[in-house]
Order: sequence, then structure tokens, then C-alpha cells
Amino acid sequence: MREKALPVLAVLGIIVVIWYAAAVWMNSTWVYDQAERAGTTVSFAEMVPQTMAQDRPLLPPPHQVAAELWKGIAGQAVTSKRSLVYHGFVTFRGTMMGFALGIVFGVAMAVSIVRFRVMEMSVMPWAIISQTIPIVALAPMILTVANQMGIDSREVPKAIISAYLSFFPVLVSMVKGLRSPDAMQLDLLKTYNASESETFWKLRLPASMPYFFASLKVAVAAALIGTIVGELPTGAIEGLGARMLIGSQFGEPLIMWAALFAAAILAGMLILVVGVVEQMARRRMGVPA
Amino acid sequence: MKDTLTVGAPVIEAKGLNLTFQTGDGPVHALKDVNLTVNRGDFVSFIGPSGCGKTTFLRCVAALEHPTGGSLTVNGVSPDEARRKRAYGYVFQAAGLYPWRTIAGNIALPLEIMGFSKAEQAERIERVLDLVELKGFGKKFPWQLSGGMQQRASIARALAFDADILLMDEPFGALDEIVRDRLNEEVLKLWATTGKTIGFVTHSIPEAVYLSTKIVVMSPRPGRITDVIDSPLPKERPLDIRDSREFIEIAHRVREGLRAGHGDEV
Repeated sequence: MREKALPVLAVLGIIVVIWYAAAVWMNSTWVYDQAERAGTTVSFAEMVPQTMAQDRPLLPPPHQVAAELWKGIAGQAVTSKRSLVYHGFVTFRGTMMGFALGIVFGVAMAVSIVRFRVMEMSVMPWAIISQTIPIVALAPMILTVANQMGIDSREVPKAIISAYLSFFPVLVSMVKGLRSPDAMQLDLLKTYNASESETFWKLRLPASMPYFFASLKVAVAAALIGTIVGELPTGAIEGLGARMLIGSQFGEPLIMWAALFAAAILAGMLILVVGVVEQMARRRMGVPA
Repeated sequence: MKDTLTVGAPVIEAKGLNLTFQTGDGPVHALKDVNLTVNRGDFVSFIGPSGCGKTTFLRCVAALEHPTGGSLTVNGVSPDEARRKRAYGYVFQAAGLYPWRTIAGNIALPLEIMGFSKAEQAERIERVLDLVELKGFGKKFPWQLSGGMQQRASIARALAFDADILLMDEPFGALDEIVRDRLNEEVLKLWATTGKTIGFVTHSIPEAVYLSTKIVVMSPRPGRITDVIDSPLPKERPLDIRDSREFIEIAHRVREGLRAGHGDEV
């Protein structure tokens, strides 16, 4: 455990050092401007402390972000509109809906592509093209269309945007996984006179599981990004994405950075949970621990 | 079916069998004019260099390949029909056990597909595990077993549904000689107790001579039979029979047959 933690902590330490240096450098402009306007001069030693506690720093130093994050998480009731737990939960809910939708869609498409050759030729290129369109351009359109169709809730379009990003890794991995059984394994089932569906349930599907779980980690992160992008367009008031946008629009970098880190923590937790589920599944499938 | 067919009746009959694969480099003659009769209870080995069609012939019997000419019957019907009647169990070069199933689960695979009841499955799994001397290993996963044990489990899987014919395609090719000797002995014992007809592909001369009642020597390009040797060795075969004069004579004849088939190339 200690051997694993050390390199990670070392990198973290380096990042914090660089971050502080960058914060001093970027925030110093404001300090020097203030001094010039007041007709005084500040030495380097006087400048540094003043870059650490500004209200609207260009780049907030780590401790300010940490304090804001703590205030957002523990400083208020979780039902408050200023609570990051509240906004985080909204984003989490959207992510889960998009994630589930993406898995269903991705697996269904992979199954039909492996089963029908015509699907591979017709659908696969479009699936790849779909991922080249910038989601930030597409998100407002999906919101507008959903609105036109009389869907008032933002949950549905958010889930669609999220699924749009998360289905792809699942699709690609599942196509590969469902095709992973080799000729010998397929021949073996042929000697039993097994039907196509038996081959699918008894061989292709279980053989694809390692590929499936590997894709889930990518897919859950993609679903989170999709949800946050879905929360960005104007009008959103809930979710970490909306929180970031508010911070940016009202010139409150601390709010933005706190929301950013809340999103990163959420992403870490999601990947952790997927990892635990994967471990459980692997153990059930007899993989050595 | 076992009762109606007597020992010695033909089980596999090939007449003028031809198989040509169409490849990008033109047609490949994998089997040319193969005539062979395998009788009930025979232990037939197919031996020859790679490309001689020994595996292809076995795959034709299993209806995994389809001949382009001639006739082939298994138990008196077409190979496809015979497969539908579960006439044979097939053992591949690699054990090919599903890593996500236990040994018992792997043996249950054909039984599930063929619709045996749960109770019958359990009973059969116990029986075949005993037959291949893997009693007590049912709950283990394949990775917990050695290569030889895995191949034994795959033989058990092929035996589980009581097919009359056992087709084995270089089953011990990837194992070391010590394990191979032991498994050869076990296969002979298995053959004696079950009375199955066995088709066995190999490229080891001692293995072929030790195991078989009939040795089919094949040669490549085009794949054809150059010699069929009916072994005079007794049914009871201790390992040291391999030092006997008879054994060495048969091995010599097999080697001659292989060399003759290669004459135009070497």
C-alpha cells in the first residue's frame, strides 16, 4: 500500500508546488496594479502574501479552493442551493441515467452488429462519426429539440447527451469482446449442435465480460462529462456544470474551481465504485485474485 | 444403438473422399481419394506431417468441414446427421475450457445444451470425472489445474454425453513427454472400459503405435493415405511394450510409410 501511495503523493506534491508558483505569478499582476494605482511600490516579499487571499484571483491557490470546497460540502445543509453536495447529487443522478442508457444502447448495438453483418457496415461508421461531433455544439440543440417536443424537465435531454458520449466505449469494447472467442471454441459448440442463441449466452456473452468492465470505467467518466456539458447551456440552475458556469459568468473563480474539484471527486468515486463492481464480477467468474 | 450394433461393424466409412479448399493462392487439395473403414471398437490413429489432411479428415467426420467429393458416412448416416444424433465427442488440441466455469461447469456445458436434467448432469459429471481420474476437482477453476489435468477435463467433457465415437485431434501435442505417457496409458484404459471407437490424430510415431489397433499413415500435397497398418499388438499394453520387437517393427513400418510419402520432396 505504502509503495503504491508514495509515487502518487510525490506527483501530487509537485502539482501543488507548481500550482502555488503559478498562483503567485498570475495573481501578482493584480497586486502590482493595485500598488501602482495607489502610487506605492511592493517588494516581492510583500507581494507573495497578497496573492494568496484575493477575493477574485485569476488562479486561486490550493488552500483557497480547498476552503471553498469544504464550505460547499460541509458548510451548509445538503438541501441548500449553495451546497456542492446538492449540486453534486443532481449531476450524479444525471450521470447514472446517461450511463445506464449508454450501456443499454451500446450493448444492444454491439449485439446486433456482431449478429448481423449488414449492421456493422451501416451502423458502425455512423457510431464513429457521432463521436467526432463536438458535444458542446450538439448539447444546446438536443436541449432545444427536447423542449420543442414538450419535455420540460432537463433530466431527459441531459441523460441523452450523457448517453451520447458513454455508449461509444461500451459499443466498441463489446463488439471486440463478443468476437473474442476463437475458432476452436466456436467449433466445440458446433460439435454439440448448439444453436446461435446458445452460442451467444454460453460463450460470446461471458467471454465479453472482461471487455465490458474495462469499457465501463471509460464510459462512466464520459457519462459524467456529458452530464456536465448538458448542464452548461443557459437556463440551467442545478448541477455542477451549472455551478461552474455561474462561477465563470459572475466572475467568481472560487465557485468555479470548487465545482470543478467537486466534479473530479465525483468522477473518482464513480470509477472507484465501477472498479469494485468489476472486482466482484471477476471473482464470481473465477479469475484469480 | 449400442445394443443393435455389434463390435466390428463399420462406424466410419469414407469412399473416394476429396476435399479442395479454394484459397487466394488457388485450390488446395487437402484430401485426395481417401478410402477408409473404421470399425466399431477400433482405436485408429492418423499420423503424418502437417498439411497431410489428418486433422481435416477428422473434421470431416465431425461435420466441421464438408467434403467436395466422394462419400462419407458415420454410423451409416451423413456426418451432419450423425452430429445431430450426438454420435461423437471431440477433443481439441487445446483443452479450451471456459475460464469462467469450474471444471464441473465445463463438463456440464454440453449436457446443458443437450437438455439433460440437473440431477442427471450432476450424476454424469461425477462419473466422467472419476473416469479421467479428476475426482474431487469439480469445484476448481481451470487455472488451478495443470495442463495435463486440463486436457483430462476436456476429455471428460467429450465423454459426458455418451457418444459412441471419440475424436481426438492431437490432444496431447502441447504436453511434455512424461505427462503424455501417463495420459496415453489412461486413454487406453478409458478405451478398454468404455468400448468406444476412437479416432486419434498425432504426429508422434510411438504414441500412434502404442495406442492404436489401426494406424493410418498420411502424406501431404495432396493429402492422402499412404499406408494402413493393422496392429498385431495385444489389447493389454503396458508401457514397456514399447521396447518389444513387434512394437519396433510397426514403428519402423510407420516411419517407412512417412518417408515414402515425403519421397518427392526430401
